[in-house]
Amino acid sequence: MEVVLQVLLNGLILGSVYALIALGYTMVYGVLRLINFAHGDVLMLGAFAGYFVGNAVAEVMPFPLLVTLIASMAICAAIGVLIERLAYKPVRSAPSLTSLITAMGVSLFLEYTTALVLGPTPRGFPQDKLLPDSTLIHAAGFPDVHSRDLVVMATALVLLGVLYYIVAHTRMGKAMRAVSFDKDASRLMGINVDRVISFTFAVGAALAAGGGVLYALKYGRVEPYMGIYPGLKAFIAAVLGGIGSIPGAMLGGLLIGFTEAGASYFFSTYRDAVVFSVLVLVLLVRPAGILGRGMVEKV
Amino acid sequence: MRRLAICLLLTLCCLALGCTRPPDGDTTGGGATGGTTTGGTTGGTTGGQTSKGDPNAKDEYAEKAVDGDNLKIGVYLSITGASATFGEGSRAGMEIAVDEVNKKGGVLGKKLKLIVEDDEGKPDKAAAAGQKLITQDNVLVVLGEVISSNSLAVAPICQKNEVPMISPSSTNVKVTQVGDMIFRVCFLDDFQGQVMARYAADNLKAKTAALMIEKSSDYSVGLADSFQKTFEAKGGKIVATESFTNADTDFSSVLTKIKGSNPDVIFLPSYYNSVGLIAKQAREQGITVPFLGGDGWESPKLIELGGKALDGCAFSTHFNVNETEGKVADFVKAYKAKTGNLPDGLSALGYDDVLLMADAINRAGKLNRFAIRDAIASTKDFQGVTGTITINAQRNPDKPATIMQIKDGKLEFVTQMAPE
Repeated sequence: MEVVLQVLLNGLILGSVYALIALGYTMVYGVLRLINFAHGDVLMLGAFAGYFVGNAVAEVMPFPLLVTLIASMAICAAIGVLIERLAYKPVRSAPSLTSLITAMGVSLFLEYTTALVLGPTPRGFPQDKLLPDSTLIHAAGFPDVHSRDLVVMATALVLLGVLYYIVAHTRMGKAMRAVSFDKDASRLMGINVDRVISFTFAVGAALAAGGGVLYALKYGRVEPYMGIYPGLKAFIAAVLGGIGSIPGAMLGGLLIGFTEAGASYFFSTYRDAVVFSVLVLVLLVRPAGILGRGMVEKV
Repeated sequence: MRRLAICLLLTLCCLALGCTRPPDGDTTGGGATGGTTTGGTTGGTTGGQTSKGDPNAKDEYAEKAVDGDNLKIGVYLSITGASATFGEGSRAGMEIAVDEVNKKGGVLGKKLKLIVEDDEGKPDKAAAAGQKLITQDNVLVVLGEVISSNSLAVAPICQKNEVPMISPSSTNVKVTQVGDMIFRVCFLDDFQGQVMARYAADNLKAKTAALMIEKSSDYSVGLADSFQKTFEAKGGKIVATESFTNADTDFSSVLTKIKGSNPDVIFLPSYYNSVGLIAKQAREQGITVPFLGGDGWESPKLIELGGKALDGCAFSTHFNVNETEGKVADFVKAYKAKTGNLPDGLSALGYDDVLLMADAINRAGKLNRFAIRDAIASTKDFQGVTGTITINAQRNPDKPATIMQIKDGKLEFVTQMAPE
């Protein structure tokens, strides 16, 4: 029983981070119908921003983790807007394949520029400086859990809540939903579509940065290619939940987390194969994802 | 959406293949001349292909390796990438040896000149680097790699072009089995696995062990194999065998399973990059038993990535950096002066690699690849910083292993174990 709980807990921690990253994919897809393949690399930039800010503020400021998180999210929000302006906006009216390839180009650009500037060697993330008193928590009848993991999970859940509030209860959120329904009609209704898109990228990148800091905090390592796998898994989570749907991304993230934790417990060698098979099975039954809307493809 | 799913699936397949693609040894366009290539294989323990070049004939390829006053030696290493410290360390060791050899007059009256190619730690890049060194740079001898999968990608290219290759620190048994041009100066995986099993059973008195194997690495699988054999022969029991890939970062559920099997030690024959991650996550789940590993742990980055989680863990390596006298101490001093850091086992092997090669070329006495091959093969009681090296019939050295333990973020010498 304890083992089952432990595996579920592992899945929940992992899944909450995936959910956070998946949201960025889903939001950008919602408003632009663009799969932002550079999302995982923004995560990596966020983790590096966290690495530098964390090392600078630890032991100097109170709540170093909070400061690091906010700074990293702000930096990446700016980077996200910049990427949208420079790379995606010029090809926005081109066929969707063009923007997809642009996204891959941005992804490679970010990875290799970082490798060039900061070096490809992994660096240790200042886990202990940011969370000095983290320790193993023992509780009878419950699996051992590290307090750092609980912080990671709680932070991810809080960020998910904040995002949900923004989208569901603010004017900007309403505008985002309107743009995702129909860009042209929104423009006719007086919504500044460019601003909404920029905002979406800012929020998406900030979430990726948050995910990056949490990911680095959990695993204690940053390197230029660290965004590839979590980015890929989160993308799968978004597709699984129904890309474009925000609750879908959250659900998909958690589901991928649980599947991966379970799969690596039972057959560690094939963990990724199991995760991807689940994706294929779900898409065979529900092509639009679990919570996705069916769309008629215009020919 | 269906279309998206198919695209996705294809992408993933490509990724999966990219990680596990076998080394591509069958490259075209060999530029080596002189000496005839035969595809024949010999049986027995030496194994692999044999070259039939004549040690006494004129060797045009070898003569072209002279560039003015220099003699070109090819090196391929992971200078960047996830295993960058391997390449950097080995290269620094090699350069110190080259300086030493050149100061003493070089070999055959020429100065050694290293042409270094970066393979980023990837087998496909290594194969390209090996091909370039031979066909474009026309090097006399090829030195490299640390990572066995990369050496296995290049060895067939060297064998096919009949250029001697001496790997400084690839410990997988298959490397020198490729053919009679391929040598190494380090001990083998099965020996490392054996030594660590003896350490676990005899020194730590462990009765049970868990294995964590990096499935995509020949090195890791080889060590785990021989560990298991020796450990079981000593009456120990393997209670769990789990595997992972080098792309994994989350090991929580694998560790949950290992924790459930309650082992006395965990044998983790992997590279430092994953070792740090795994040890940390194990401690976070309340696993307190020591991890044991091989020379893949050896890196200045190990402690940075693993921190306190590695206290009490031990690994086998090639030399004792804390030695205070003789050749080893001199090398440590030269290395510190050059790089500002302490050398690791890999830099020591890089150093021995060049010195052994220089010694062999001098003994061969002429620019002929086959004479040089024969000279390397007949190396006996060569005094290196990693021990006394005698090349045996399998083109591997017979030498002891050193076991180091991590205590308070520092390496401490535990013991030295000779082959049994």
